[in-house]
Amino acid sequence: MATAEQHDAVPSRRLSAFFYRRRWLKAILLLLPPLGWMTVIYLASLAVLLATAFWQQNVLTGQIERTFTTANLEALRTDDIYRQVTLRTVGMAAAVTITDAILAFPLAYYMVRVASRRTQALLFLLVLVPLWSSYLVKAYTWRLMTADQGPINWAFEKVGLGPYHTAYTLLAMWLAFSYMWLPYMVLPIFAALSRVPNSLLEASGDLGARAGTTFRRVIAPLALPGVAAGSIFTFSLTLGDYIIPNLVGGNVHQFLGNLIFVNQGIANNLPLACAIALIPVVVIAVYLILMKRIGAFEAL
Amino acid sequence: MRIRIAMAALAVAAMAVAAGCGGSSGSDTGGTGGGGGSSSLPTSIGEGEGGLNLIAWQGYTEPNVVKPFEKQTGCQVKVKYGQTSDEMVQLMRSGQYDGVSASGDATNRLIAGGDVVPINTDLIPDFKDISTPLQSPPHNTVDGVHYGVSYEWGANVLMYNTDVVKPAPDSWGVVFDGTSYSGKVTAYDSPIYIADAAVYLKATQPDLGITDPYELTQDQFNAAVDLLKTQRKQIGNYWSDFNSQIQDFKNGSIVIGSTWPYQVNALKGEKAPVDAVLPKEGATGWADTWMMSSKAEHPNCMLKWMAYATTPEVQAKTAYTFGSAPANPKACTFLDKEVANYCTDYHVTDQNYFDNIAFWKTPLADCGDDRGTQCIDYSQWTTAWTDIKG
Repeated sequence: MATAEQHDAVPSRRLSAFFYRRRWLKAILLLLPPLGWMTVIYLASLAVLLATAFWQQNVLTGQIERTFTTANLEALRTDDIYRQVTLRTVGMAAAVTITDAILAFPLAYYMVRVASRRTQALLFLLVLVPLWSSYLVKAYTWRLMTADQGPINWAFEKVGLGPYHTAYTLLAMWLAFSYMWLPYMVLPIFAALSRVPNSLLEASGDLGARAGTTFRRVIAPLALPGVAAGSIFTFSLTLGDYIIPNLVGGNVHQFLGNLIFVNQGIANNLPLACAIALIPVVVIAVYLILMKRIGAFEAL
Repeated sequence: MRIRIAMAALAVAAMAVAAGCGGSSGSDTGGTGGGGGSSSLPTSIGEGEGGLNLIAWQGYTEPNVVKPFEKQTGCQVKVKYGQTSDEMVQLMRSGQYDGVSASGDATNRLIAGGDVVPINTDLIPDFKDISTPLQSPPHNTVDGVHYGVSYEWGANVLMYNTDVVKPAPDSWGVVFDGTSYSGKVTAYDSPIYIADAAVYLKATQPDLGITDPYELTQDQFNAAVDLLKTQRKQIGNYWSDFNSQIQDFKNGSIVIGSTWPYQVNALKGEKAPVDAVLPKEGATGWADTWMMSSKAEHPNCMLKWMAYATTPEVQAKTAYTFGSAPANPKACTFLDKEVANYCTDYHVTDQNYFDNIAFWKTPLADCGDDRGTQCIDYSQWTTAWTDIKG
């Protein structure tokens, strides 16, 4: 037995010695899977997406014909509907991002600066728990919550307001989106605030700053990258979603995700779907560049 | 660290795109018709392969139909429900299914795309009993070659909440005026719904000269699109999921709109205050066909299923669950025992009624008459539908 172990150990030691002498090879082997994943799965599919946007579809059979055409992009430019849907989608993404930032900041601040360790842990758990339940379940719940005879309207009626028409409105979607992505905003702000050292706050106080000034000139600038990081999540998740517009929005208010889904899955017009999919790619690229300036990537 | 963070950010960007084009890139098997004539087709059904993967409309493959078939043939049935014809075509192209209960707006696309194969009707013992117009209808028989067997048919009816909608409607007008029951009207979420507007216009605006709601010239098409844009103002939601529609009528979010008899039956079964009517302008409808995939893994089980689905008992069971008319009128013996006058109420053998339903079919540029190729094709219907929804 002992000799067998020694025999096994020798080749493995040799192997590690081999890699020790060739560090570049070790680096390549370690980087290959993630780099391969990036190129093959992500960049290649983006390339296919781009190429498909320039193909067209046979009307009768619905199959793709690989002949070059700019008709799809032309349609995006000339048809008002796409501008309208893009504005609606980006508008909703912005509204949801602002709402979540306003809701998440005080919560994260309380968790970091005020709450005891136990309360902090409990709050942390409460923020995370919704992330562990099914997205579809939450979406269907909001559909029921915002139904015309649902709990929200019932509550309004009980206090003498309403009833309102809430089912399948933009308002219902705004509520559902804001709820859905709130944790993604809380966590980066929490992380950013945790990194603000107490010594800075004490120094600010020692130099005569009042609480408000300290918040404005010390805490807020240091927390801003956290807000920006969170906003990348809330903004991009809203931008690409098609399930809430379907379930909570009743398919009445089309989003970019719906147009892509309908053209790909229902109408079977993949080239047009790919052309539309380029819109969120451009929007999110611009958004990422803006957020990088605020320092979002350092705060993720 | 910086690199990792940048990668994470890129992954987020990827998620925004992932809603789109990650999935199937569509086969490119060319646009040839499927297979040759009936001479080369099998003349007997071989041993079952033990499994069967179907795409079906909800209600077409209930346990009372599937269970006895599994026992009889040993073919274990798996079903994927399609919500629209377009989705069914898309699913069939994935090549993972043996067959589909395709409506007339999907069948010709599947035939033209080579996605389905011809069927030897001699292998379907009850084929001869299928009512004459459904034995070789243009939506499943091309140049005398059968690409499947007819299953069930029916109309898209107008359902309403009897507590709210008074008086009871007898016309589609109430869902097209742009004001009635604002925010509580529903419509079927598919480009094919444009034909519903055309049916209404055909009856109410004879000046437009609409002859076939699926063969519309530019002017007729524009009129239908304008009507639907007016309707958009009163729309509460567009439905494609029948379960959600049942919920909507139960919780009062929706009180009136187009539906299938299946939802009417389901809601009435739950004692919900709903009723349905076939409006005086007529209606669109569906005549569905079981078709076999050209990539079927279980062709024998599929043929057995087609033979089984054509028998009077099965036709009756499905008609009763779904609220449809059976293609095989012999099913009436069973149906009329279950519900008095079922076959009279559903006009199973009423040729006149059958002719008045505008059955779903794929709109083509070729009008199919002396107007030539000036009609609006389905891709334009799809674009217009996006435009209507706004």
